[in-house]
Formats: sequence, structure tokens, C-alpha cells
Amino acid sequence: MLTVAFAALFYLAAAVLVGGLAYRVWEYANTPAPLKIPTTPAPTTHAGVAMRLAREVVLFESLFKANKWIWLFGWAFHAALLFVLLRHLRYFTQPVWEWVVLIQPLGIYAGFVMVAGLLGLWARRLLVPRIRYINAPSDHLILALLVGIGVSGLLMKYVARTDIVAAKSFFLGLLTFNWQKLPADPILLVHLALVAALMLVFPFSKLLHAPGLFFSPTRNQVDNSRERRHLSNWAREMQTDRS
Amino acid sequence: MAEVKDLGDRENELPDPLAIPDLAPGCMAASKPYVAAPEMQKRLGFPGELVENWQDRAIEKMAELRGKYRSFRVFLDSCVKCGACTDKCHYFLGTGDPKNMPVARQDLLRQVYRRHFTLAGKYLPWLVGARDLTEQVLDDWYSYFHQCSQCRRCSVYCPYGIDTAEISMAGREIMDSIGKGQKYSNEIIGKVRTIGNNLGLPKKALKATLEDLEEEVLEETGVPVLFPLDEQGAEIMLVAPSADYFAEPHIAGLIGYAKVFHQAGASWTISSHALEAANFGMFIGSYENMREIALRIRQAAQDLGVKRIVFGECGHAWRAAYSFLDTLAGPFDFLDQRYPIPQHICEFTYDLMRAGKLNFDKSKNDHVRLTFHDSCNIARGSRLGDKPGGQFDIPRAILEACCNHFYDMAPDTIKESTVCCGGGGGLLTDELIEIRKAGAQPRMRALQQVASDHGVTHMAAMCAICKAQFSKVLPMYGFDREAVVSVHQMVSNAIILNPGTQEPAGADAKD
Repeated sequence: MLTVAFAALFYLAAAVLVGGLAYRVWEYANTPAPLKIPTTPAPTTHAGVAMRLAREVVLFESLFKANKWIWLFGWAFHAALLFVLLRHLRYFTQPVWEWVVLIQPLGIYAGFVMVAGLLGLWARRLLVPRIRYINAPSDHLILALLVGIGVSGLLMKYVARTDIVAAKSFFLGLLTFNWQKLPADPILLVHLALVAALMLVFPFSKLLHAPGLFFSPTRNQVDNSRERRHLSNWAREMQTDRS
Repeated sequence: MAEVKDLGDRENELPDPLAIPDLAPGCMAASKPYVAAPEMQKRLGFPGELVENWQDRAIEKMAELRGKYRSFRVFLDSCVKCGACTDKCHYFLGTGDPKNMPVARQDLLRQVYRRHFTLAGKYLPWLVGARDLTEQVLDDWYSYFHQCSQCRRCSVYCPYGIDTAEISMAGREIMDSIGKGQKYSNEIIGKVRTIGNNLGLPKKALKATLEDLEEEVLEETGVPVLFPLDEQGAEIMLVAPSADYFAEPHIAGLIGYAKVFHQAGASWTISSHALEAANFGMFIGSYENMREIALRIRQAAQDLGVKRIVFGECGHAWRAAYSFLDTLAGPFDFLDQRYPIPQHICEFTYDLMRAGKLNFDKSKNDHVRLTFHDSCNIARGSRLGDKPGGQFDIPRAILEACCNHFYDMAPDTIKESTVCCGGGGGLLTDELIEIRKAGAQPRMRALQQVASDHGVTHMAAMCAICKAQFSKVLPMYGFDREAVVSVHQMVSNAIILNPGTQEPAGADAKD
């Protein structure tokens, strides 16, 4: 029963995450940007724009300019999350890919960095009056969700080890449609339920900042308005008086 | 040890330009501009007064904007409330009103957007801070979307590039569409569309002004520098903000442009049909109005048969020209493609400087110890020259060529981090003087620092709004109102005129 429930939950969560994000990306891509509004100084070539976006994604360049504390906590959290996610590939691959084995030690410490970064961000949310002012309950809830995922994961690694072999065969079973029993370890179940919840809310929440950045006109536009005419379809229709 | 202590004390005297104030919720809620009269609204294609079913109409407009502008949709979806922007707005720094924090200003609209366009906001509004569009919310929109000068400083620091200017433009457009427009901007747009310039200057008065200027410059320099008007077949059409024809220190800048054209031996003209570089359509987020205004420039260029368009010193006007003119009124295939379309007067002057065609007597500006205020829309919404950042380097290169004493203000208040003058974005109106004064505070404090450290006496700017705003607020911060100067005023003071430069063809056609 438990296995069926979680299997169904993860199929649903994966479908919502992938389908929902694909739909958002489609929406963003199909909404015109009628005016050139890059925040200047901006790159004058497409390669330059790719570099600008890469710096934003990898280094959080603008956030670094804005506030060193938010940058530190935010960047540490995201970088650690990346390692944690990559490390988790070992539960979805058999045999485990070589490079996933290699980053295993980093991935484990990253769990602590991730939680520390989240707690740092949360502390700012509670303690800095300016940031407290802009909070909605959902802002706390998403942090709680992520902290819950991190803490339950660390508990399974360092406090109450779960039957990881059985958990892995459950997920391999999900991938190959050859379903295996999920161990009824409460911490594992909490961890998995929270992850599924995160996947489910992703396309409906501020987590859309992830695809959003790539579609942000102030960051993804080339500064070439004097060299190349920029015209959206709806603006072209207004231009009946000339070609 | 005593010296160290003295230095510390001296530093303590002057407040940090970017010092973060304590929150003072609601302290600026009452600051709002006059509402546009019905006939003003109708002239621009908006309802005369607040329509009956304004809530529904506003939501419909929001849906329309969501489909037409990617910025609107992505920016409203993407904010994570990280707080990076919270201390970046000059109006927040000057007032402490938390609704002047960029994210909170956006949230005024985002809350309603979430209520109507997101799953969570529809079913769990309390969870995500979604709200219905009530009278109270509309009231806040009117107050706080008119406390944004659309300077884009917040967009520099946002990790997703969210630009509050786009949101305040959308907010104003929605309000216009339900009949609650702002008098100042909409009245001005009406004047441009009927008379051809923001100030409503008739051609006769303009002609008289230009003739006076010719006499004045001749008397002062002994050189016949011309200010041609509506001259058919001129090569260059100058499009300057209309303030350049009557306000101080703007007019001193206009004299500078004319001297540069004279020295270049250029054939140029001013157009009475497009006597306005400013495009207030941008402030109210109205593509249609922005386009109407831009088309006047196209029309004038075609009617006069010019080959080049050069813009005068104005911040948002240059953004509208550099970034939008080709989109709104192009293609400009009838102009000379060897030159940038459009070109900025600073680019024109800088190119001549580099070609060795301009000579300056810097000592003519020795009474001036100068700094430079980067105008926000030039700094963050456009470019000068062919390299990114030319908008910072070119005006400084010009000023340093004309002036022996030049000192920049604090690095976090200039270039891409420049703080707005406090009067941009359609706020340059008397009833908003309180927010204008507060918004100028970071810039004024940075100026106080260079005045104290380097004895700076003057601040150059290349924007009609900056110049007008500073003339008004400088005295409120203990400076002379004439401490703000035009970039081309410095050029005008120092340029060595060549009396032998040939007069442009067709000069007598003016009489």
C-alpha cells in the first residue's frame, strides 16, 4: 500500500514538474518582448549574452553586487544543492556512474552547507526588518520544505541510517516500471514526501525564478538596437503605414 | 594619533549617501500627483475618469499586458523575495517608506496578479500574499507607482534582472486604461502630440529665441554661430529636449551643441515639428503614445530631407531614441547609414575630438571644480559609442578635455550604480516636491562628499530632467542652484571657435 502510494506520488510529481515547467517555458518563450530593455552596460553580441547569463547562473553576479550576505547564503545553498542532487544520481543508476562516485565525498558535506545556507537565508528573512516586511507565509514554507528535505537526508546519513539498498531498488523499479517494495522507514518517508511536494509546487511558485532568469529581457537581450531592428509581431501589425 | 582621530571625525560629519534608513511604513502614502482631467485623458485615447467596472477592466488590462510583454510576466513570476533590491531605491533611502523598496513596489501589482493569474493565489490567497484589487490597493498604486522614477537601479542588483520600471510602467498603463491618469505626464504628451513639444512652445517664440541666441553668441565670441530652424536639405537634424530652448542651464548646453556643429562645419537644423527629444509615452508605459511621439521625429526627418539625426542631452529621451526609436518609427533606410541612427550629441562631439577637430582652452573652466552625474536612463538603459560602458567614458572624456579639475563621486553612486536625480519618470512636478527632495538625498550626499574632499563646485549632467530637478533641489541641500551645469555648457565655455569655418549652405533661407 505504502509502495503504491509513493510510486503514484512520484510519477505524479515528476509529470507535474516536467510538464509544468515545459508549459511555463513555452509560455515565456511565446510571450513577445516588444522593446529592447537590456540593463546596460550590456553585451553587444549573442556570445556576450551567453556569458552574462552564465555568470548569473554560476556566480550569481548581480546578487554579489547587491548584498554579500544574501549572496553568500544563497550561492552556498544553490551550489551545495547541485552537489547533493548529483550525488543522489547514485540512487538512480546501476552501475553508478564513475563521476558520481568521484563527487560522493563532496556531495556528503554539501548536505551540511545546503542546510546552513538555508538557515542563513531564513535568519535574514526573520531578522532584517526590510526583508521581514516583504515575506508571505509561502516564503517561509518553501524554506521549511527545503530545510526539512536537507535535515531528513542528513539524519538518514548520520543518525538513523535507512535501508538505502532497498530505497535504491524502489527508485530503480520506478524507472524501469518493475516496482519494488519501499522500506517503511519514517525518516525516509518524510524525506521522500517533502521532495515530492517540492516537485509539485515548483511550476506554481516562485521557484519559477530558475527558468525565469533565462527569459529575463534585461539579462538575455543583446545591446544592438541601433544595428538591428527589433520588432514584435503585435507591433508590426500597428505599422500599417509602412513596410 | 591626533590626525587619525581628526580624519575619523571629519568622515563622521558627512552621512553615507547610501545609508539605510529605519522603516517608516506609510510615511509617503499621501504623496500622489494630480489626476489628469477628462479631456486630457481622452486626447490620449484613455477613458476620461474612473470607469464604473474599473476592477474588471484593470484585470482585463493586466491579462492583455501579460500576453504582450514578456518582462511583465517573467518579472511577476520570478521574484523570490531575497531582499537584494530592498536598499537600492533612492526613494526608499530618502524616505524609509517600505513600499518604496523595489520588491514591495512590485508587490503592489504582484499581489493582484497572483490573485487572478496563479493557482495558489486563486485558491490560497493568504498563503502567497495575494489580494483583490480594492480601492485601497488602487490608491497605493497611484501613490507608489508615481514614486518610481524608472531609473532601473534595482534591475542592476536583482539576481533575475527584474526591473521595477517595467512594473511601474505597467501599473500606470493599467491606471490610464481605467481612467486614472497622471496630470503631469498626460498633459505633456497631449502637448507633444498637438504642438510638437512638451512645453507647448509655438514656432514663433522658438524662432525669436534662436535669433536671440545667435546675437548673444556673436556678441560674446565675435563668431557667427548659427541656430538654424526648419532648414530644408540640412544634413543633420538636431532633436533636443524642449527645455534646451528656454531653461537654465539647459540653454547653455544648446549653445554648446551649436558651437560644436559650427566647428565641425556641419549643415544642421532644428525642426519645429519634432522640437522634442523627450518621450513621456515611456513613463506611462504606453507603446501607442510612445510610437506617436517617435513618428513625429521620423516625419520631421523626412520632411526636411536630412541625412542624420542627432539627439541633445536628455536621459530618458536618449533611452527612447537609442533603444526604441528604430523599433517604434523605423526603418530609417532614408538616412545616411554610415552614421549611428540615431546619434547622440556627445558621440558627435567625442568623434570630432578624437579626429583632432576640436580645440579647447581648459583654463576657461578653471573657476569650476567639476563632478559628473550619470543620468540613470543613459547609464542603465542605453549606450554611447560602440563599446558597452561608453555611456560612462565618453561624457567623462569630454568633460576632462574641457576642464582641468574633474573628480568622480563615490563609486557606488556613479556609472551603472548611479543614483537618480529624484525627478525622473514623470515626477518632475511641483506637487511631488517632497518625494523629489527625498529621492535626491543619496545624490546630494555623494555631492557633499566630493565637495568636502575635493572642493567640487559644480556637477555636470546630460539630462533635461536632471538639470531641472537639481536646479530645484540643490538649494534644499545647501548648494547654489547654478551648481548644476550641462555637459555641453562646459564644452561651450572651453571650445576655441574658428571664425573662418564656412557657413552651412542655405543659411540665408532663415530670414
